[in-house]
Amino acid sequence: MTPLASVHFPDGSGYVLAAYLVFFLLLLIYLGITAYRLLGLERRLGDLTRQLDEAEAKSALDGASAPAPAAAAVPAPDEVPR
Amino acid sequence: MYSTKLRSLSLATLLTLGGAFLLAAYYAPVEADQGFSQKIFYVHVPMAIVALGGFVWGGIQGLLFLRTRDPKHDLRSYVAIHMSVILGIGVLLTGGLWARAAWGVWFEWREATLVSFLIVFLLYCTYQPLRFSILDPEKQSRYAAVFAVTAGAFVPLNFMAVRLANPFIHPRVLNNTTGGALPVDMKIPFYLALVGMTLLFVTLYRLEMTHKLTRGRVKGLERRLERLQGERDEASIPARSAAPQVLA
Repeated sequence: MTPLASVHFPDGSGYVLAAYLVFFLLLLIYLGITAYRLLGLERRLGDLTRQLDEAEAKSALDGASAPAPAAAAVPAPDEVPR
Repeated sequence: MYSTKLRSLSLATLLTLGGAFLLAAYYAPVEADQGFSQKIFYVHVPMAIVALGGFVWGGIQGLLFLRTRDPKHDLRSYVAIHMSVILGIGVLLTGGLWARAAWGVWFEWREATLVSFLIVFLLYCTYQPLRFSILDPEKQSRYAAVFAVTAGAFVPLNFMAVRLANPFIHPRVLNNTTGGALPVDMKIPFYLALVGMTLLFVTLYRLEMTHKLTRGRVKGLERRLERLQGERDEASIPARSAAPQVLA
């Protein structure tokens, strides 16, 4: 195996390598941040969908067990504000 | 959440950009004047062109928003500018490295191309703070669109002004954008890199749009849940971001 020190790199190759590394690092950082944010959103979306289903099911149940709106609108004699 | 189109785009970007960089490394000849450091050209120039194109695209979307008042255009304008600013950071960093390798300095203040790009970049850096400083969402979108249109029109004007300026230190590798000065074995990797960089921009743009639309959907669901639970008044939900909201 050839030792790295004996390999001849052209002049300015360090700058070229650094420029391409900067590009890939920038891309990687951006993609990492976006992936993190999207994963968080996906989790939140799942939670919200579940909560919403539960809330809708609960409100449907409440609506079924509640008295008819016309009857509920008429206050009982002892509830009339004086 | 992610479309097949986004996956195909990502794959096309990877292949095109990877191919272009491989061609730049192994196929393109070493430039006689600048030597090996000229290879930075294949990442730096396409990135700069795409970043400037993204700013102009943001301006076009801003104009469409002002005409139609459709929040979708505001979101597109915002995302295009956001992506272009990120690419702009890459342009300045890779340009600095190229300048250091070619001229021995990180930045040359007497060179119109560098200074003009820096001015454009700094101008667009004020876009986000401008949005954040306006609380009313309708005003925020309108003012941001006016900014995007004005600054978007400034980009090609600025480009032309620099092209007309003399003398040049910054290499004019594309011979005033006609592509005549570049030999064929440099042209192929360059144009492939340009296509790859454009695809990268489109991919990241779509990814960011997916993120923003999903966030809008989440906010819409949060509002719906709050209405159902009757916990909070809809108007009391604080705006957490200056990014345009397109509710699903």
